Amino acid sequence: MTYLEVSSVGKSFTRGSTTSEVLRDINLNIEKGEFVSIIGHSGCGKSTLLNLIAGLTETSAGGIILENAEVTAPGPDRAVVFQNHSLLPWLSVYDNVNLAVAKVFARSKSKAERHDWIMENLQLVQMAHAKDKRPGEISGGMKQRVGIARALAMEPKILLLDEPFGALDALTRAHLQDQMTEIHSRLGNTVIMITHDVDEAVLLSDRIVMMTNGPAATIGEILEVPLERPRNRLELASDRSYLKCREAVLKFLYERHRFVEAA
Amino acid sequence: MTLPAQADSKVTALPFKAPAATVTVLPRPARRFNMATVAGRIATVLVPPLVVLAVILTVWQVVFSQPGSSLPPPSEVWAQSYDLIVDPFFVYGSQDIGLGLRVLTSLQRVAIGFGLAAVLGIAIGAVIGQSKWMMRGLDPIFQILRTVPPLAWLPISLAAFMDSGPSAIFVIFITAIWPVIINTTVGVRNIPQDYRNVARVLQLNHLEFFFQIMLPAAAPYIFSGLRISIGLSWLAIVAAEMLTGGVGIGFFIWDAWNSSRLTDIIVALIYIGVVGFILDRLVALVGSFVTRGTSAN
Ligand SMILES: Nc1ncnc2c1ncn2[C@@H]1O[C@H](COP(=O)(O)OP(=O)(O)O)[C@@H](O)[C@H]1O
Ligand SMILES: [Mg+2]
Repeated sequence: MTYLEVSSVGKSFTRGSTTSEVLRDINLNIEKGEFVSIIGHSGCGKSTLLNLIAGLTETSAGGIILENAEVTAPGPDRAVVFQNHSLLPWLSVYDNVNLAVAKVFARSKSKAERHDWIMENLQLVQMAHAKDKRPGEISGGMKQRVGIARALAMEPKILLLDEPFGALDALTRAHLQDQMTEIHSRLGNTVIMITHDVDEAVLLSDRIVMMTNGPAATIGEILEVPLERPRNRLELASDRSYLKCREAVLKFLYERHRFVEAA
Repeated sequence: MTLPAQADSKVTALPFKAPAATVTVLPRPARRFNMATVAGRIATVLVPPLVVLAVILTVWQVVFSQPGSSLPPPSEVWAQSYDLIVDPFFVYGSQDIGLGLRVLTSLQRVAIGFGLAAVLGIAIGAVIGQSKWMMRGLDPIFQILRTVPPLAWLPISLAAFMDSGPSAIFVIFITAIWPVIINTTVGVRNIPQDYRNVARVLQLNHLEFFFQIMLPAAAPYIFSGLRISIGLSWLAIVAAEMLTGGVGIGFFIWDAWNSSRLTDIIVALIYIGVVGFILDRLVALVGSFVTRGTSAN
């Protein structure tokens, strides 16, 4: 049974008299509990596709169906972790998560239950210790973790991550990738993650969606990642099928769809 | 190299941000509260203005001490307006009260006019800032109205209210509201798209968006507008009271002029300056308290 269905989706932006087609004929079906990565060169339209699924922008063609309901507007059932964490700087870590929890569970949870739920999600990303800090007082990796906690706390049907670890240094990134894998295996969320990091895509995903270059980008190929879970990054480093997946993605990106810099 | 304060918020795309950002939470080196350093600090703040003041008073005293000079020297101000200087709150009769009490009367009007301007200005600015077309249509009009001098509103105001009390308040209101509207509009237009997206994903309604996202995000802009406004309000009330009468500080100056009490006018000017300064600092202080953290991203 298909959980999320993206069918024949296209997107054009019109500015003044010029129309630019960013995405064309995107077809993608995602099962419940799947972890799917979208990889492609910068500017090909990955964020645009994620925003379409989130309902933040409208499709120009085609449609998106999530659990038998068409996506027409944004909502907390499609939680987004934006490229640059987007925490509200005037709220503490706790209040940033509370902003979401108070809104989503206004009726279904009591005040005490909401508090427990906020703390549970902060603990999930190991940020409970910093609950009273402001975003300005914590590191980039910590901010991203709080952003993930805020998204998870909405109990979304699908979690949309836009290059969640892109701005972090390699060590912090590896640490957060492991945390993300663990959260996914524990909660079984359906996740779509945009990335430009090949190892990250192979390590975390069940499938990797590879996009062609824009304009009018589309899905070039979808790669199944046949690796057992739980995955261990050290053991995988020399694993045959890991290396094969990695090579396939690299070949797609750097041989068949080389990034041509606009003159 | 010239942007140390912004560096932290602009480098999100670079690696190794983590150590840089955590530096801010390290405990500061313990500051020893040593009487000598505190006294030293107070001295560096107070001594220069006091010295300058002394020089000004001396020059003033010397220049205007010749017989036949048109203005009184400081010594004469002290001698003739002694009551006004030493006791701001005396009450000798219904029209013969201390300058502190007069200032309070004026401040009451300012509080009402400025308060109304702040509330309405923020509300109007929020609505306009949300709409590109309203902004395009209204902004030029506001920019023109903003430059109308406070007193130019008074005749219309008197005609409309037929009473000097509400007219004076209206003049303050109409003078103070434009900077609030304009700055709020700019603040709202500058709310990062990310914050708006967060609000949309959470499906915040208009009221929730206003209080939870818009107000805090635009607060630095709003407060710089409020700070301009409080200055204009104080400017407007003194001018308006000169014409409308009553017991405010503005009318006092006019009255003193009509009865040739020049020294009283000088004392009143000092009062007005000091109160204006305090008002400005007060709004700035509230602003920096409320917006702390807003821009620390
Ligand atoms: N709101 C918009 N208006 C016009 N063009 C846009 C808009 N959003 C994105 N684009 C264009 O769409 C293309 C894809 O952008 P984006 O989805 O952000 O790429 P990616 O996330 O893959 O780096 C870019 O060329 C960008 O200029
Ligand atoms: Mg992007």
